[in-house]
Amino acid sequence: MILRKLKQHLFKYLCLGVTILSVLILFTLIFHIFMTGKDWLSLDFLNNYPSRHPTQAGLKSALHGSIWVVVLTAAISIPVGVATATFLEEYAPKKSKIFYWFQVNIANLAGMPSIVYGLLGLAFFVRTMGLDRSILAGGITLALLIMPMIIIASQGAIASIPLSIREAAYAVGARKWQVVLFQIIPSALPGILTGIILSISRAMGETAPLIMIGAVGFIAFVPESVHDPFTVLPIQIFHWVSRPQADFHSLAAAGIIVLLAVLLSMNLLAIIIRRQRHKL
Amino acid sequence: MKISQRIDHAFKYALVICLSVSVLTTLFTIVMMAGESASFFKHIGLDDFIFGTQWTPLFSPQSFGVLPLVAGTFFIVIVGVLIFALPLGLMVAIFLSEFASLHLRNILKPTIEVLAGIPTVVYGYFALTFITPRLRFFIFDDIQVFNALSGAIVVGIMLIPMISSLCDDALSAVPLELRQGGHALGATQFEVITQIILPIASPRIIAAVILAVSRAVGETMAVTIAAGATPSLFVNPLESIQTMTSYIIQVSLGDAPSGGLIYQTCFAVGALLFLITLVFNIIGTKMLHKSKMVL
Repeated sequence: MILRKLKQHLFKYLCLGVTILSVLILFTLIFHIFMTGKDWLSLDFLNNYPSRHPTQAGLKSALHGSIWVVVLTAAISIPVGVATATFLEEYAPKKSKIFYWFQVNIANLAGMPSIVYGLLGLAFFVRTMGLDRSILAGGITLALLIMPMIIIASQGAIASIPLSIREAAYAVGARKWQVVLFQIIPSALPGILTGIILSISRAMGETAPLIMIGAVGFIAFVPESVHDPFTVLPIQIFHWVSRPQADFHSLAAAGIIVLLAVLLSMNLLAIIIRRQRHKL
Repeated sequence: MKISQRIDHAFKYALVICLSVSVLTTLFTIVMMAGESASFFKHIGLDDFIFGTQWTPLFSPQSFGVLPLVAGTFFIVIVGVLIFALPLGLMVAIFLSEFASLHLRNILKPTIEVLAGIPTVVYGYFALTFITPRLRFFIFDDIQVFNALSGAIVVGIMLIPMISSLCDDALSAVPLELRQGGHALGATQFEVITQIILPIASPRIIAAVILAVSRAVGETMAVTIAAGATPSLFVNPLESIQTMTSYIIQVSLGDAPSGGLIYQTCFAVGALLFLITLVFNIIGTKMLHKSKMVL
């Protein structure tokens, strides 16, 4: 009995230890990056273009590029993704074979490696459609990449809306489009928003697909239209990490602080919205 | 009434058009992959590609045997997922679902999920500037700057939240009566977990591992930054390797003329990557759904 109790306690503390370790890894990562990069953070760092000289290098073109790309990605993926989810939940016959295949397709798209989206973007948008290495090509590629995430999250949110809301709307004479547009989507909005925020933050951190479509140049200007070449934060960080000099690694750390600050506050926002929804 | 009816139809068709985007994405991906790899296999034999043991497309004599890239990829998968992410993630899941109080769980779960939201380029930086130097200092003093081990460790770290959250769902789905039955027979919590809960949850845990493997196979930036660009069939964990994904990145960073043979190797390797992840994803999701229906 003593042995059994001992095993029980050992196991419990082992699991506790591993959980604490995982949290510690997270804090170590953030602490290491913060300590390396903090001295390089300044207003100049945000306002300078990339440079050969680490002391003059900055994030300006990457910041502008990221904003352009993310806005474009959101503008494409949110409406199309939410509409797809709405169709699958509200219109498609759930027991049919075709519905099953749509679901399989979306699950597979969600699991497709981001670099494969990059290859698709390179072959189709950059070459076949002749968009070249532009913000447009990058934005569309990332939109396709995060669309399955938005669809799955929105489907979950829409499915959790009680039937009574639909019945009440139909009872007062609403048509289906009115029920969907004015009742279901607004009620599902917190869940949909959480999914959207997480997807957008995923898009902001993506590097590989944008390298694939050729966003790798030395960009020392701010894009002025969606047809311009561009760079984004993660790619700028990647360039600095690839340099052997320690100063560039510190610059990369400073860049990561900026990127993580944006992403973690988006994650926090998503958690807050999710908590709010659970309270309702 | 008629206008409203028309809007109803138009609305529905607008949604169908949006739905078609995801179908077309899959179609175009397959067509592009097949097309570009077909022109690659016009020059290089399929068996030379699949069974060749030398991968040197970027310098002469050129050789296009993909096995070294596959070996590199599966080193990352086996060490990253099976040695690091699975045991750690599973224990986190057991702690969260079986031991932690609700209050503690509500704090820990979102904290660990933050790990999942960190971009992979950041993990690459962490591996290169933190893990590798620590490994060199504490354990292996002859480890190279770019090495397979730190790449695998960092991939393991980034997959902990995925494994722990899928396993957490799996453990929580085990009915309460079965736990109570175990306790009523006098089993300790350890015995209930290892002899009742884990066996029942195992199909979903295996499904979680398969999905994590698929993710690790497609993992790109962390591996590119940490593990280097030296294809090798017999992986030495302390030396540089190349995975399928990091080869594709290496080519895109260079200035290989688009449309040429080097350009096409990316699609051949990418098609292989696509097929591997597709198979793992299909098996993984199938298992997940099947076991959900049983419980």
